[in-house]
Amino acid sequence: MTAVNSQSKSSLPSLRIEPATRWPSIDLRELWEYRELLYFLTWRDIKVRYKQTVLGATWAIIQPVFMMVVFSLFFGKLAKVPSDGVPYPVFAFCALLPWQLFAHAVGESSNSLVGNQQLITKVYFPRLVIPLSAVISGLVDFLVALIVLIGLILWYGILPGWKMVTLPGFILFAMCTALAVGLWLSALSVKYRDVRYVIAFLVQFWLFITPVAYASSIVPEKWRAIYALNPMAGVVEGFRWALLGKSSSLGSMLWVSLFVVLVTLLGGLYYFRRMEHEFADIV
Amino acid sequence: MAEVVIRAEHLSKRYALGQREGYRLLRDAITDAAARPFARLRNLFSSTNGNGIVAGQGDDTIWALNDVSFEIKRGEIVGIIGPNGAGKSTLLKILSRITKPTRGYVEIEGRVGSLLEVGTGFHAELSGRDNIYLNAAILGMRKLEVARKFDEIVSFAEIEKFIDTPVKRYSSGMYVRLAFAVAAHLETEILVVDEVLAVGDAQFQKKCLSKLRQVGTEGRTILFVSHNMAAVRGICETGFQLNQGRIIGSGEINEVIDRYLAQVITRNFVEVETPSFVLNNVSIEPLNADVIKTFETMEIRVALTAKRDIGDPGMYVGILTAENTRVAGLDFKDFASVPPIKAGEPFEMGFVIDELPLLGGTYQVEIHVKDMAKHKIERVANLFQFEVAETSVYGGRKLDAWFGSVGLKATPIKELPAALSDEAVRHRTALVP
Repeated sequence: MTAVNSQSKSSLPSLRIEPATRWPSIDLRELWEYRELLYFLTWRDIKVRYKQTVLGATWAIIQPVFMMVVFSLFFGKLAKVPSDGVPYPVFAFCALLPWQLFAHAVGESSNSLVGNQQLITKVYFPRLVIPLSAVISGLVDFLVALIVLIGLILWYGILPGWKMVTLPGFILFAMCTALAVGLWLSALSVKYRDVRYVIAFLVQFWLFITPVAYASSIVPEKWRAIYALNPMAGVVEGFRWALLGKSSSLGSMLWVSLFVVLVTLLGGLYYFRRMEHEFADIV
Repeated sequence: MAEVVIRAEHLSKRYALGQREGYRLLRDAITDAAARPFARLRNLFSSTNGNGIVAGQGDDTIWALNDVSFEIKRGEIVGIIGPNGAGKSTLLKILSRITKPTRGYVEIEGRVGSLLEVGTGFHAELSGRDNIYLNAAILGMRKLEVARKFDEIVSFAEIEKFIDTPVKRYSSGMYVRLAFAVAAHLETEILVVDEVLAVGDAQFQKKCLSKLRQVGTEGRTILFVSHNMAAVRGICETGFQLNQGRIIGSGEINEVIDRYLAQVITRNFVEVETPSFVLNNVSIEPLNADVIKTFETMEIRVALTAKRDIGDPGMYVGILTAENTRVAGLDFKDFASVPPIKAGEPFEMGFVIDELPLLGGTYQVEIHVKDMAKHKIERVANLFQFEVAETSVYGGRKLDAWFGSVGLKATPIKELPAALSDEAVRHRTALVP
């Protein structure tokens, strides 16, 4: 009896709850312990998204396809925007997919803390789970649309070749970019609801500085490193490089973009962790 | 034998006033930031207005918990009571790590399961099955653990037939049952429960209480907050009372509750008006004890002032349960008549109730004041709460929802075949072992 007792005692996790410190650790180990919750929250978002809709997951295809048609008509056909020698529709669609993944993930993750305040004020878990699941849940829509993109590529007779294996890396890159932005905005939105209004504007603005409708080759060579401070420029050119085999200007841009994302992401993680302890009190 | 599993030392939590209700607009932050240097400048130059301009840290904060220290041993079932705003919920939030203390610390041995609300994270569009897994994950249960207990949870909630129906089609009763069922199967060493029994019908409440009691017998530690004193008495062994963020009493649960109820009775009364009367005071008190108890004497006394001449004053007093079911009613004119009262004259009416038949719990008094000469009946908008302390009725057993709210002075009748007469039974049981 005593043996059992002492055994169970030693296996019990002990915990000390203290006032918040100014310099918290990022503590990804705890996040890992809550991976099942991450899974279930993501699964909930995915499962609920197209409930009670007639078209269901078709929406994931309709949106980028319509954008592509409009872009092809106005930018490709009428404005004759150069597309690095690739047919314009596939050129645009190849950029629209990562763009939509990003835009959707930024929107969802930025609003995620406020949208889940019910959870935040009633249960403890690492709050990082919430924006993270919001970003990941967009992946399903993306993968559905990716099938259409691959169909389109084959239709135009383009063979992506070995570069295609780098695609998952670029997908991850897009998601990290979204998460970096989402962490900052979601933590800010707990305190400042202005963020909700900023997001719509921000995403629209960001679309124009990202080479979705045009190729980044129209930016003069010497300005490209600065242009790549927008990490989505690196992501989009990366997608074109991996799938279409052509990108006039990936090289140095990619490194600049990666660096920017890394800094923003770490900063976002840190800021988020630092604000985390206040979420339940002020959300 | 039992070691301490929760130790809180000087635990304090400060909230900025208004912080819990609202959020700031960025605009405010910016204008504040912009105004601050000017305010400082102004302070610098004006000797008359040296303080109060730089807004912020000073008085607009509240200590929801103030220097609270306590120890809880393994297997203890502790009730935390106190009026609204006493800091009960804040304490539970700190223990379940939802919010951090401003000062002090808590040391906890073992996993804490928090049940601050039933159905946290339930999604209306998802089926009962999906919600079980989702809610369980949110509460910190492992998927395997849920899969193992799935059937048990479903049968506890009594929703077998609807398990694949979206919960938005559930009745509110089914919803609550399912939510509680998931939570009740949490297997953490420490369970923190806040007022979750305020929902659901009486029969289900009974089921929940007995589940909690069973959890208690498994050697797990429970902290329980409720305004339902009968439930607290039914579950807890010890307890402490919070008031304005401080612990003002602790010990055996019945003592703590009785002391608390005795304080609650002498609560401040705010004047209430009806078209013809002002109610200056309503007192609901025990006559010969500290607390109102079943089968003891209680007094309801209403002090009134007439706003105009009242030809034939009257009063009706109704007693309702906490769920607004009428248990009893008394009309003053059935007992006595009152002479006419002039405007502005204070007077009192009321009842002494002997052998109060109400069982332990929270009740409410409803009052109508009347001028029968003008056929006017005026309902007082407020209900007045009182608590009946649970006393040993029916041989002192724990009373739950099955016993209703009225205590009956009953004597058993039995007419048995001669072979089973008391004498014979006593004889037989003596032989059997």
